[in-house]
Amino acid sequence: MADQRAKSMLLDIRNLRIEATVFPPGEAPKNIVLVHDVSLTLEKGKVLGLIGESGAGKSTIGLASMGYGRGGVRITGGEVILNGRDILKGGKEGFRKLRGREVCYVAQSAAAAFNPAHRLMDQVVEATLLHGTATRAAAEKRAIALFKKLSLPNPENIGERFPHQVSGGQLQRVMTAMALCSEPDLIVFDEPTTALDVTTQIDVLAAIKDAIRDTHVAALYITHDLAVVAQVSDEIMVLRHGRLVEWGGTRQIIKQPRQEYTNALVSVHEIEHQEQRPGTTPFLSVKNITAAYGRSHIKVLKNVSVDIYPGQTLAVVGESGSGKSTLARAITGLLPPEEGTVTFDGRPLANRLADRPKEDLRQLQMIYQMADVAMNPRQTVGTIIGRPLEFYFGLRGRERDARVAELLDKIEMGKGFIDRYPAELSGGQKQRVCIARSLAAKPKLIICDEVTSALDPLVANGILKLLLELQKEENVAYLFITHDLATVKSIADSIAVMYRGEVVRYGAKSQVLAPPFDAYTDLLLSSVPEMEIGWLEKAIKGRRMASAGN
Amino acid sequence: MSSPLVKLVAQRIALGILLLLAVSVLIFAGTQILPGDVAQAILGQSATPESLANLREQLGLNDPAFVRYFRWLGGVVTGDLGTAMSSGQDIATSIKGRLWNTLFLAFWAAVVAVPLAIILGLIAVRYRNGWVDKLISGLALASTSFPEFFVGYVLVYFFAVKYQIFPGISTVYDGMPFGERMQAIMLPAAALTLVVLAHMMRMTRAAILNVMQSAYVETAELKGLSAFAVIRRHAFPNAIAPIINVVMLNLAYLIVGVVVVEVIFVYPGMGQYLVDHVTKRDVPVVQAVGLIFAAVYISLNIIADIAAIVANPRLRHPK
Repeated sequence: MADQRAKSMLLDIRNLRIEATVFPPGEAPKNIVLVHDVSLTLEKGKVLGLIGESGAGKSTIGLASMGYGRGGVRITGGEVILNGRDILKGGKEGFRKLRGREVCYVAQSAAAAFNPAHRLMDQVVEATLLHGTATRAAAEKRAIALFKKLSLPNPENIGERFPHQVSGGQLQRVMTAMALCSEPDLIVFDEPTTALDVTTQIDVLAAIKDAIRDTHVAALYITHDLAVVAQVSDEIMVLRHGRLVEWGGTRQIIKQPRQEYTNALVSVHEIEHQEQRPGTTPFLSVKNITAAYGRSHIKVLKNVSVDIYPGQTLAVVGESGSGKSTLARAITGLLPPEEGTVTFDGRPLANRLADRPKEDLRQLQMIYQMADVAMNPRQTVGTIIGRPLEFYFGLRGRERDARVAELLDKIEMGKGFIDRYPAELSGGQKQRVCIARSLAAKPKLIICDEVTSALDPLVANGILKLLLELQKEENVAYLFITHDLATVKSIADSIAVMYRGEVVRYGAKSQVLAPPFDAYTDLLLSSVPEMEIGWLEKAIKGRRMASAGN
Repeated sequence: MSSPLVKLVAQRIALGILLLLAVSVLIFAGTQILPGDVAQAILGQSATPESLANLREQLGLNDPAFVRYFRWLGGVVTGDLGTAMSSGQDIATSIKGRLWNTLFLAFWAAVVAVPLAIILGLIAVRYRNGWVDKLISGLALASTSFPEFFVGYVLVYFFAVKYQIFPGISTVYDGMPFGERMQAIMLPAAALTLVVLAHMMRMTRAAILNVMQSAYVETAELKGLSAFAVIRRHAFPNAIAPIINVVMLNLAYLIVGVVVVEVIFVYPGMGQYLVDHVTKRDVPVVQAVGLIFAAVYISLNIIADIAAIVANPRLRHPK
């Protein structure tokens, strides 16, 4: 029995320890441990999901199974036994023989992971040809069969295209085909659907799952999204700070998590927010706005109208390219609209940012997705938050510092952070500082552009809770731009669904999220992964029936 | 050929022509501002006022500047560069041989320098931050840091004086056999190679290193490609545009910047010709050579631009 198990064992990682040297600014280089004594086993043809927040070490472990470390990352202890031999003893030559043959890798952003200079087919068959496991003709035939299996359009000819000629979701499938082409025993999927729109993700996820099942390849599936990993994996391993938290069957992890941390991950989206009825008069009205970039005739916004009420949240939801951020740019005057008006407190706002008086600027503040690039890395937190206090209210010296300290309290950080630089803060803390900076102006409206998208779920949750609290205290309204429907459900009072520059559905949250749905909203809602085994099959089936019905 | 590509290339060429016209205005204006009078220069200090006035009339010097400019430009366009004042020879005829000699020298210097620089750059990336990289960078930098005349004389000292392998004076003449000609240009070509090598090599290294951070380079490494194959197949094609740019800049230098090297080796090229006539204050020759140098410079840069455009798969294969 033990013998049989050994036979079916593909990957056996024992007490893996991974270290890296970091170079903090102004300090001596130091050694940090990324992975502490993690052990795992994977049988042939099985899928193990590695889940955790950023810094959990999941990608590092995945890459270690190929003997690879990014940057200065080194494997300093343990064994990685693949097909019965310790790959760490094979040296550089050994790694080269195994990469692309026994183990293949599917990266998060296929758009970046494909070489823009070469045709897709040349890249897909490259590893197969390199390792000499098939002739070019045979490899291309195999690739085309895989393109078909992954339901890529035009499988015979798609290989002739260059990466920029293919969409992101398709590229991710081509990358999966590339990994499968050399018929490896193991594929490391590193957040393969994270960069995709939710409606694209579901198809790619289904394609990957089918391909894994049909080719009997084993996989390490790395993601931060439990709902996604629940669809594809047999077992799930939860990691945190480079240590194992919990490891078990998929059903057990999502239904009966044993560890508190796992439980927190499972129940991450449960924020309660009572929807507010819209008041009688909106303070900001967007009327029939049409906008385009440059002299282009392609309208990025078409006849968009929305209203925002004091102290309430309007969530604008849609896929990338739907025009959500452009709407924010039009409202703030960064992109003057070609037609339509924005009225604020009953009077029209100037189209161009430069034509608006300071008072109008103060009333509309913004928070961005990437907190670290939205702050000057050479300014302290105190300077960053103090700047709008000086600019709008002329506060100086002690008065200003007192107000900065007060704002730091509001964002639950405290005045100990006044002299810190952005580089010394975590991702969530950076976003909090940006929130404090926008609050400092005492605006009526804060435009939040994907403010939680770059954050880990638990941290994002904290930010959302903070925003809701601040809304109650300060009576500030939010225009909340996001692609994430779960976030929308948590915090919105009203919702605008955007698609290709148009608002396709608009109203109070309870109305927008209640049937009957229009086709696009239905697609969007049904694409959000649910933490339930078998959700993917059900969703795909529902979609096929819907399209058959048309 | 796709339309955006054609449009971009046409734009570059049109811009180049416009630029060349602007340069011709500058050259013409510059030589007009210089003190001194051509008629005076030709006839010397002892000329009578009458003969000066006659010659001015004859040369058309009394016409307004823009008339003279267009007369000159018209001549240039039809291949008439005017007559040298100092010798009375037709400039176009004397430049033809000189230009050919300069191009010949530049060509062979480039044939050695460009591939050598790129290969050294690739090797430096392969062994980045190791001793091979540092050795290559150090040597290349040293060879560039020494002034050309120093490099030239060092070469002359060793290869012409001490071991007498190559001639120290690069005399070439019409109908010279190819082998002898090659032997004659060996030392100036070597000096030029050493001068331009480092710049190209360092830019190649920097451009490729920049690309080495990309996700697709990681993908290539994770396919099991060897380090050198990763650089050659995946990094280099994406670094080609900046490399072409620096190569073209150096090619232009090989043609228009050879003045010092030509003088050292007494090589009958454009640089030598220019220096001779600057000392003689022969304005028409200086104008003609200046314009030719500008044309070479601008054309090579246009070629670099076009090559960079063509090397971009997004422009070559639009959606």
